[in-house]
Amino acid sequence: MADYTSLDIVQRSASTDQPPTVRSKTEVAKLIDVSRCIGCKACQVACQEWNDIRDGIGENTGVYDNPHDLSAKTWTLMRFTEYEQTGGELEFLIRKDGCMHCTDPGCLKACPSPGAIVQYANGIVDFVEENCIGCGYCIKGCPFNIPRVSQEDRKAYKCTLCSDRVAVGQAPACAKACPTGAIMFGTKEAMIEQADHRVVDLQSRGFDKAGLYNPLGVGGTHVMYVLHHADKPEIYANLPNNPRISPLVNFWKGGFKVVGLASLAFAAIGGFLHYITAGPDEVPKSEEQEAAHEAEGHIK
Amino acid sequence: MTNHWADIKHADVIVVMGGNSAEAHPCGFKWVIEAKVKNNAKLVVIDPRFTRTASVADIYCPIRPGTDIAFLNAVTKYLLDHDKLQHEYVNAYTNCGFIVKEGFGFQDGLFTGYDEGKRDYDKATWEYEIGPDGYAVVDPTLQHPRCVMQLLKQHVAQYTPELVERICGSPKEKFLQICELIATTSVPDRTMSSLYALGWTHHSKGSQNIRAMTIVQMLLGNIGMLGGGMNALRGHSNIQGLTDLGLMSNLLPGYMTLPQEREVTLADYMSTKHFKPLRPGQTSYWQNYGKFFVSFQKAFYGKAATKENDWAYDYLPKLDVLAYDVLRAFEMAQDGKITGYVIQGFNPLMSFPNRAKMAEAFGKMKFIVVMDPLQTETARFWQNHGEYNDVDPKAIQTEVFELPTTCFAEDEGSLSNSSRWLQWHWAAQEAPAEARSDIDIMASLHLRIKALYEKEGGAFPDPILNVNWPYEIEDAPRPDELAREINGYTLADIKDASGAVIPAGKQVDGFAQLTDDGTTACGCWVYSGCFTEKGNQMARRDNTDPGDRGIAPNWAWAWPSNRRILYNRASCDPQGKPWAERKKLMEWNGSRWVGFDVPDYGPTVAPEKNVGPFIMNPEGVARLFVRGLMRDGPFPAHYEPFESPQANLTAPKIRGNPASRIFKRDLAQLGDPKDYPYAATSYRLTEHFHFWTKHARVNAILQPEFFVEISEQLAAEKGVSRGDWVRVWSPRGSIKAKAVVTKRIKPLMCDGKAVHVVGIPHHFGFTGSTKPGFGPNSLTPVVGDANIETPEFKAWLVNLERTTPPAVPVA
Amino acid sequence: MSAIAPERQASVADTDGEVVVSRYTGVQRVNHWITALLFTLLGLSGLALFSPYLFFLTGLFGGGQSTRAVHPWFGVALMLSFAVLFVRFWRLNMPSRDDITWMIHIGDIVRNRHDRLPAIGKYNAGQKGVFWSQTALILVMFFSGLVIWDQYFFAYTGIEQKRYALLTHSLAAIAAMAIILVHIYAGLWIRGTSRAMIRGSVTGGWARRHHRKWFKQATLRGDVHRDVGHG
Repeated sequence: MADYTSLDIVQRSASTDQPPTVRSKTEVAKLIDVSRCIGCKACQVACQEWNDIRDGIGENTGVYDNPHDLSAKTWTLMRFTEYEQTGGELEFLIRKDGCMHCTDPGCLKACPSPGAIVQYANGIVDFVEENCIGCGYCIKGCPFNIPRVSQEDRKAYKCTLCSDRVAVGQAPACAKACPTGAIMFGTKEAMIEQADHRVVDLQSRGFDKAGLYNPLGVGGTHVMYVLHHADKPEIYANLPNNPRISPLVNFWKGGFKVVGLASLAFAAIGGFLHYITAGPDEVPKSEEQEAAHEAEGHIK
Repeated sequence: MTNHWADIKHADVIVVMGGNSAEAHPCGFKWVIEAKVKNNAKLVVIDPRFTRTASVADIYCPIRPGTDIAFLNAVTKYLLDHDKLQHEYVNAYTNCGFIVKEGFGFQDGLFTGYDEGKRDYDKATWEYEIGPDGYAVVDPTLQHPRCVMQLLKQHVAQYTPELVERICGSPKEKFLQICELIATTSVPDRTMSSLYALGWTHHSKGSQNIRAMTIVQMLLGNIGMLGGGMNALRGHSNIQGLTDLGLMSNLLPGYMTLPQEREVTLADYMSTKHFKPLRPGQTSYWQNYGKFFVSFQKAFYGKAATKENDWAYDYLPKLDVLAYDVLRAFEMAQDGKITGYVIQGFNPLMSFPNRAKMAEAFGKMKFIVVMDPLQTETARFWQNHGEYNDVDPKAIQTEVFELPTTCFAEDEGSLSNSSRWLQWHWAAQEAPAEARSDIDIMASLHLRIKALYEKEGGAFPDPILNVNWPYEIEDAPRPDELAREINGYTLADIKDASGAVIPAGKQVDGFAQLTDDGTTACGCWVYSGCFTEKGNQMARRDNTDPGDRGIAPNWAWAWPSNRRILYNRASCDPQGKPWAERKKLMEWNGSRWVGFDVPDYGPTVAPEKNVGPFIMNPEGVARLFVRGLMRDGPFPAHYEPFESPQANLTAPKIRGNPASRIFKRDLAQLGDPKDYPYAATSYRLTEHFHFWTKHARVNAILQPEFFVEISEQLAAEKGVSRGDWVRVWSPRGSIKAKAVVTKRIKPLMCDGKAVHVVGIPHHFGFTGSTKPGFGPNSLTPVVGDANIETPEFKAWLVNLERTTPPAVPVA
Repeated sequence: MSAIAPERQASVADTDGEVVVSRYTGVQRVNHWITALLFTLLGLSGLALFSPYLFFLTGLFGGGQSTRAVHPWFGVALMLSFAVLFVRFWRLNMPSRDDITWMIHIGDIVRNRHDRLPAIGKYNAGQKGVFWSQTALILVMFFSGLVIWDQYFFAYTGIEQKRYALLTHSLAAIAAMAIILVHIYAGLWIRGTSRAMIRGSVTGGWARRHHRKWFKQATLRGDVHRDVGHG
């Protein structure tokens, strides 16, 4: 059933066939250095413009975050947190939220529609709208609360990591637009190396717990963060500490898929076996006569 | 900027004060981040609000709006007290040893010569002592009690860290931490870059705010240096071009001045422009004023400007006041003395202080002309928009003409950026519908007025009839034609410095070739060199950067003379060697100055000649003491904003800047802290550009609605929750806004009293894609900087309460 | 529905002398089969979304999008249809002492030794089990289904709740389908059962053999008729 139209596809939702493996894998990654992000939202603009999506004009709710949340038309978003350290020093933490492009994508795992979610050899996890049925299982599968289903067309959307740009050797639009180089793009290896430099710099500036956010619970991600406080990712607008695919989803889409079908098969086969061993239970003729006899006199 | 954007990457310390560069200049801010990442620079942010710039700072320090001078003078004191000066630089390149006239003094917040009635100074004593040789007297030992260094020490003595805490509300430890960091750049191989913007200029003492930091930078030896400088980040494209081309009521292009009424003849005018050197052998480049002025007159009036008619000097208007700045203009309009207004690419109803006054003034005019690519509130000032513009259209008789213009992407020309680069750009697309370029509109207007004068005559039609108009298509001059005119050209054969003949009708190579005998024409001398016989220098796009100095001399063109760092002679010691190899810009090779940048100096002037690096100044050195060149004092002194929650602790009787002009009606409308207890400040948001982008859907999505920012403490006091509607009012008006309740604004403890800051962003109005809103200027006071009348948008008083949403505008 | 009245089946005497007992009215049978049909549609569309091996079943419903769209509406319809069934039958499915004896004899039942069974009312414990388990499971599926019906109810719950709902929904569905498989098998295995839901009546022998108490009651009530044959 699977249709691996591209050798680049290494994982495909709801597909049971072996994916192609011959092509060499160079993983790419976007590195978001939160410590040099100035929250200018140029990435949001670039995303809107490259993908040609425009969300509604909202209202101010007393914060800088606009739009207030990701949506089918907002695939990336600055989230602002005013964080007060125990010593009273204030930090204004600004995190660009969006798809993390997990190595082990929960959305892909949860998706019931063959080929609606694919993962490319470079690590990008992409939604293929043609195959999307709009069930929203990806939302439940995602440990980062990223995918959104459009109310207009009932299709799921999220950051594509500009897979169309990356495919032709361009950096994602957000990385291209970022004025301070807070969004970097390259091979995952190079990005990890880049992050190491940044971490050393941050540590020299007093951020002892600076580090790279590349959570292994989802096999690592292809969007990574440099955090000043890598020990407390949750202070960055609830970035999950040790994210992983929910055990509920894992069971539902893993063991239970097998157990469930097996139990139905067992019920059916059990019946069949019973039938061929015990045979049908037939009402003997004598029983009918007995009944007719007993009913005598009551029949209208 | 004395330096330029890319140069910031060489800084070791970057102080952002009086600006919010990450939000207002996010693209240029890349160089700050570059400095942090690649040069291990430390970033300091001093601001009333913990801004997005502060979010990436190494040290943030809060400050009460309008108290920067107290802070900076205290930094100066710290440097002097701790001997953190680059002595060799200070001694050689500043006027620290110049002796000031007997009688100069400063007491009770006033310099000598104050006249309370005129709100002005007699500046006679603010001058150097002139010796028998006709030059200023200098004491190189700096021991003379009246030498500038001693006077400076005396002047800043009162600005202790404790006083900073009491005035600015800046914690003493933070202040000292910042001083220590700043002081590390007093060594020759470390520099500090000062980035500022409207946060310093929008005050009644805006110019002095900048002066205060300039003094710090001079003492540290950071001017003319790679990664140093005083860097004004210009906000509006093309505001640098506006000032360069002299689009002010009192200026001519290239920072020349419009004559005053008393300067009846050219001789009178030139008598104030001799700029005789104040020390032996100094360049005093303004001595060439006559060449620039005559060449300008030749460009403007062509053949009509002759030696016999004093180069058509009489054609120039003569000012009867210092300037017809906007505050004065609308004061006059309010009195019915200005009855028409041509508004080209701005939105005064929202951009100038006291919107009620603006609206009244516009309502009294006979007509206004609005030239803009977008709909502005000014063009709709007469239209009722519910609470957002509560006017009665029937009561307004002003005729409004709207002339749609092209926007920057629809026309060709140059834009001057903060780096003083003139970058040529081409039209990306055709303008829609009837929109015409500003040039076309102005040309047509000129031709029609000229035709009227020709037909009907007039009192003195000559200045209009004789304007030089050499354009191929009269009502549509091409941008390159104008650029060539601005650059300048020869009218007769002239000789260049080497003696070679430049034939008539050729583009000049630069202002050095301009003459005062009518043989050259030049529209703006500082721009001379931008369009030479080699072609359009502004259109160059070679980013080769020898030595990785960030200079890229063949990228576009920078004024003056393609110099990227002003005063760069100061990057070398007096002997002509760079102060430090890593900060090298140029050096003396024995016969000429060579290096990465164009020397801001005579290219073959040997170091032994002792010519100072500040060639525009008759002293040849930089001025710690600025003589009588500023109206409000030769040193910066702390003055409170005109509306302040606190009396001036250094001089309790003085309100505001004593030399600032304030009109009677506006004075009567100043508020008292008893009724208006909160310190308000206004600012821009990174999501928007001025009043343009509220028309763009993408930007409206990013920041859709007007708001004010208040601290959690003030919110708690007022029972305001995040996202509630609040009303903010001053004696001049009242606005409603959503409340952003934030930890990023904290009450400041000033002299034992908590001062709450209310932050009010610009950008919003009743036109555009964003939700209708107000701006800060319904509330701001009409008072400006003593020198240039920039309004005090950044510090005034308001009151605040929780309220209900505004009434929905009438559809 | 009233066109298929039970009276029609009892109008003519049977030549064999056998009797039939009315078990379900026409309305009840229609109600049951609507429920059964919906259950089948739900099962097929649900399974299509449950396992990639069965995704091809979406073809029955016009593709993935329409399968996803129509499944919850089937669910709503089933809920309504089943609610009618429930109202009709809940009393008859109340537990009784006989259920215990019946259950004790489960071994005999599977071995077709019905002669050893006690007399049972209209429903035996197994049937009651089906009734009540389906009641419970349908309720569970209905409400968990609402939680994951993103089109209309996305905003009312959090993602973690939705995850629980998804798992619960599929667990319940598998259980319900397994039970229905048993239910269907019982109808095939116990000969004479299916005609109750097809024709509305069972033979007297069937009734006496499997539900003797009910047969007696039916006899007394006069619900027993001559068989008219299977025309």
